[in-house]
Amino acid sequence: MKPLSHLQIDFMGRRKLAFIVSALMLIVSIGAIVFQQLNLGLDFTGGTLIEVRYATAPSLDAIRQLMVESGFRDVSVQTFGASTEVLIRLQQAFDPDVGSDVVNLLRTSGESVNLVRAEFVGAQVGDQLRDQSGLGLLVALGVVMLYVAFRFQYKFAIGALVALLHDVIIVVGIFALFQLEFDLTVLAAILAVIGYSLNDTIVVYDRIRETIRTSRIDDMPQIFNEAINATLSRTLATSGTTMLVLIALLLLGGDMIENFAIALLIGIGVGTFSSIYISGALLLPLKLSREDLIPTKKAIDEEEEELP
Amino acid sequence: MLNRYPLWKYLLILVVLVVGLIYSLPNLFPEDPAIQLSSAQGDTLELRQIQRVESALEENGIAVKASEQENGQWLIRLRNDEDQLSARDIADEQLGGDATVALNLAEATPGWLQAFSASPMTLGLDLRGGVHFLLEVDMDAALTQRLEVNASAMRELLRSERIRYRNTEVEGRTLSIDFASSEDRDSARRLISRDFPNFEFTSEGSDRSSSLVMTLSDQTVNEIQDYAINQNLTTLRNRVNELGVAEPMVQRQGPSQIVVELPGVQDTVAAKRIVGATANLEFRLEARNDTPTAETETHVFRNDPVRSAELMRDVIITGDSVSSASNSFDENGRPQVNINLDGTGGTLMNRATRTNIGRNMAVLFIEHKSEDTVVVDPDTGEETIVREPYVERGLISLATIQSALGNSFRITGLDSPTEAAELALLLRSGSLAAPIYFVQERTIGPSLGAENIERGLMSVQIGLLLVVLFMLIRYKVFGIFANVALALNLTLLVAVMSMLGATLTLPGIAGIVLTLGMAVDANVLIFERIREELRNGLSIQQAIHAGYERAFTSIVDANITTLLVAVILFSIGTGPVKGFAVTLSIGILTSMFTALMVTRAMVNLTYGSKPVKKLWI
Repeated sequence: MKPLSHLQIDFMGRRKLAFIVSALMLIVSIGAIVFQQLNLGLDFTGGTLIEVRYATAPSLDAIRQLMVESGFRDVSVQTFGASTEVLIRLQQAFDPDVGSDVVNLLRTSGESVNLVRAEFVGAQVGDQLRDQSGLGLLVALGVVMLYVAFRFQYKFAIGALVALLHDVIIVVGIFALFQLEFDLTVLAAILAVIGYSLNDTIVVYDRIRETIRTSRIDDMPQIFNEAINATLSRTLATSGTTMLVLIALLLLGGDMIENFAIALLIGIGVGTFSSIYISGALLLPLKLSREDLIPTKKAIDEEEEELP
Repeated sequence: MLNRYPLWKYLLILVVLVVGLIYSLPNLFPEDPAIQLSSAQGDTLELRQIQRVESALEENGIAVKASEQENGQWLIRLRNDEDQLSARDIADEQLGGDATVALNLAEATPGWLQAFSASPMTLGLDLRGGVHFLLEVDMDAALTQRLEVNASAMRELLRSERIRYRNTEVEGRTLSIDFASSEDRDSARRLISRDFPNFEFTSEGSDRSSSLVMTLSDQTVNEIQDYAINQNLTTLRNRVNELGVAEPMVQRQGPSQIVVELPGVQDTVAAKRIVGATANLEFRLEARNDTPTAETETHVFRNDPVRSAELMRDVIITGDSVSSASNSFDENGRPQVNINLDGTGGTLMNRATRTNIGRNMAVLFIEHKSEDTVVVDPDTGEETIVREPYVERGLISLATIQSALGNSFRITGLDSPTEAAELALLLRSGSLAAPIYFVQERTIGPSLGAENIERGLMSVQIGLLLVVLFMLIRYKVFGIFANVALALNLTLLVAVMSMLGATLTLPGIAGIVLTLGMAVDANVLIFERIREELRNGLSIQQAIHAGYERAFTSIVDANITTLLVAVILFSIGTGPVKGFAVTLSIGILTSMFTALMVTRAMVNLTYGSKPVKKLWI
């Protein structure tokens, strides 16, 4: 007697299709990263950024012209959020007064201009940050893999790692494809996606492990299907609530965290897909068998005795 | 019995929640913008003076919330943030030179909460406006400076022992002296190695091309660099304190960087000038006509580049020996700086001037600057910005020594009273042991800060509301449990962050929002499991028990891995990313507590050890 909500979807039977979809997304992403490259934010490239607010919407061309005439080089002027807010980027050498210089210059046209924020990042800081971030991502993946290998088994660790790489590459790829600005907050979002997607993957793995131990059949695809279906409503509920708050953040949080919210939304969408399909289905080509889980059984039992 | 908690568990949960409530409450009382008045003479300002300021403020349409006296200082709380700057100017005008007026943010936490030493979270720069600087300490310059000082001392030693040398040269971490003969070099080596044990000595060449090469050991290099950073930190702290900023932050980051954060500062240009100033003074004698050119240097005057003077290379003292400095005007109304030297500085100055009455002494103004130039790679066309440090030196005065100088004297020749005031401030707060360069700067206007708070709060509220509705619809009674746990989780998260003194930033708020979304995860896992166990035919009590029990490992594993990622995020991240990592980590811990313990307690209280016919889940 099964209620309607308890679906039995044959996920594993359609794994070829899922692999093809994933492969396509990965190819597009890698292509975008290689050929279009990331639109790296100020944090990583270095340079100067000035955001000003006008009382009425200004003409961007006039600002650009004014700046160039006053001797600023490589000026980029664009609106940021509202049409009255203008973002000016300079490849200009740092000078402590550049923010107020620009504001004073813009005020010469007689309009009311307020400095909202000014940022300067030195070129070497950008380089340093880029190296550090790449290293951080690798360390995060490495540590997580070790933990999964320790708690489960190395085949699970490989599956989890591939799923995580899949998620990270697709999020970065979409940022490259649409030339969205990739800054420090987006990096934070990607690390959060790693945490989140792993969370999902582990819940599924935990269930797979349990099902392998309790069921008597040896048909792995069927065991996986059972485990994924059992956790499906949970996976969708959690992704659903998280996505709800992220949409709130995206719509209301303001321009400064817009890209952060976008990265997380994409990441959680892809992460949900990969934890259902990729991480589980990958265990099949890795030939996971019941024997793989026997040595860890004792350790798990011991820990469960300590429960409150 | 299934589903019963022992009394101590309920009590434990209750205690944690009460503590959480107390420490999160202060955040409901935002800090008041205030101006702080203290008497310039060190006594307390009179009530009548304060009343005069208050009425002047009211005349200008500035609403005063309250004024209070504490530790001899007066604090005038204002209603609006925007009034703070003009209020300071008005108070300055009213009190003239009698008082020092500084901007401040006054805590508004009620007394009974303060008794628990509970205080609100600090808001990050992106939420309250202000400036953030990242400064790079020039370590090479620190080494060069130290070697120059050593070279100067060695030259004096050689001269006093009548050993002839030709030239001294500083390069990287080595210092070399050329001699006219091997004998001179060998006796110099004996002499110097006794007094300067920190060097490794090698003799090179012989006869007319003999030289002594001295290299600093690794350990000494490290010591010099550590000293440079620490000295710079102290100096920057002194300077920032002189600026009168509420809750400034000056911190070392990595091996050679310093972070300075000045919240609420609106006049960023002045702040940057003071923080970044690398000005120092050197006092030197003018060269005599017969001084060998190897020992002299030519410098031009700062305010008259056509004039120049020939100075000795040896420095009598630098600005580091100044113990106090103030600015005033001389008889002719020109700006001057009055200087007091510390003991050693006074002795050195006295010794140098006593034997040189009638000669000229020069005050040399030194400033380390850097210039960024864009270099285009001819092959790839790639543009890179190259920072080139340079030193600007200029004479500010050249005056005849009338008599032996002691500990205190004055210098003139400054351009303006502002320059005199800033030079006095810089001398007072100490000079930098090594030049610093701005490598990063972030200025957030106060309006953006206020907007960010508003938007952040809005998205937390809406996000929370959506999750609450979702849980209610999906899990009914259990949804209520989960929602109560969620609210408590938010309270605990805020409480822990306040207790740790963590700084709340915009990404931090994003972290809170995200935590709320993920916090229900544990409950979702448990509730789904309970539903499943019910479907599998377990009794209601057994299903609840099994649901909590079986979901436990999944929850712990999933949360520990996320926590690992958050910790890595914290260790590599800077500024905004750190804020996000902190909230995320704390959120994971508090959500595990509320989702596992608190909802269980509620479920046990409602359903435990009594017959239940139907479970609304």
